[in-house]
Amino acid sequence: MLVTNIEIIPGKRVTTHLGMVQGNTVRSKHAGRDIMAGLKNIFGGELVGYTELLQESREEATARMVQQAKEIGANAVINVRYSTSSVTAGAAELFAYGTAVIIE
Amino acid sequence: MNIDIYVFVTLLVLGYVFGRLAEKKHFKSIIEREKKYKDLLTFSERLPPPGMNNTDAELVGGSVVISVDYFKRIVAGLRSIVGGRLTTYESLLERARREAILRMKEAAIDKGAIMVINVKLETSSITKGKGQQIGSVEVYAYGTALSPIAV
Repeated sequence: MLVTNIEIIPGKRVTTHLGMVQGNTVRSKHAGRDIMAGLKNIFGGELVGYTELLQESREEATARMVQQAKEIGANAVINVRYSTSSVTAGAAELFAYGTAVIIE
Repeated sequence: MNIDIYVFVTLLVLGYVFGRLAEKKHFKSIIEREKKYKDLLTFSERLPPPGMNNTDAELVGGSVVISVDYFKRIVAGLRSIVGGRLTTYESLLERARREAILRMKEAAIDKGAIMVINVKLETSSITKGKGQQIGSVEVYAYGTALSPIAV
């Protein structure tokens, strides 16, 4: 499965467009991470726990998108975009979407 | 009453000292790594340059969450009474963006890429403190890494 965020796959020709596929996940942080983050809010600096959490969530959203693409018989997803939104306090939604295509 | 003031001043001093040290250290490491990875070019162009057709394309990304320190938050709070540039937040976002791009580059190098095209940056504030003040920002940088096909 090829995943890119450009409209083409270099050196390959898109034979069929299968429409949009998407994957999302809503994650909440846990209390332990919150306490560390509270401390970091005084000293400043990177919140490693949050970085990992969001990275994991983004991978999951991407995996769900790829899964959906596989189900409709695609072998590549092009023009992928990510978006983040905060649903409630302390939770974030990660959303990935793209166009499923078949390449030769 | 008095204790409140002591706590406030202590937090302010701690935030100033550690925040400043952390920022200096971070900028130093950013500049170092930017030099190290300067051969890997990144573009916001949508399409690969002509003659780059014989490559493998793959999505790469890097993210970072950075928090502002207590001192800066208070300064920014004071500043927003009179308006104007919030330099303290400017440096926070600059650090976050440059760090995210560097992490994306590291991911691209791991895949043996020679360039990254169509780089997009996405910023979001994930935690908001009291009074809706921004506590930390997340920056995610992603793009398509092009690597030569092994013959």
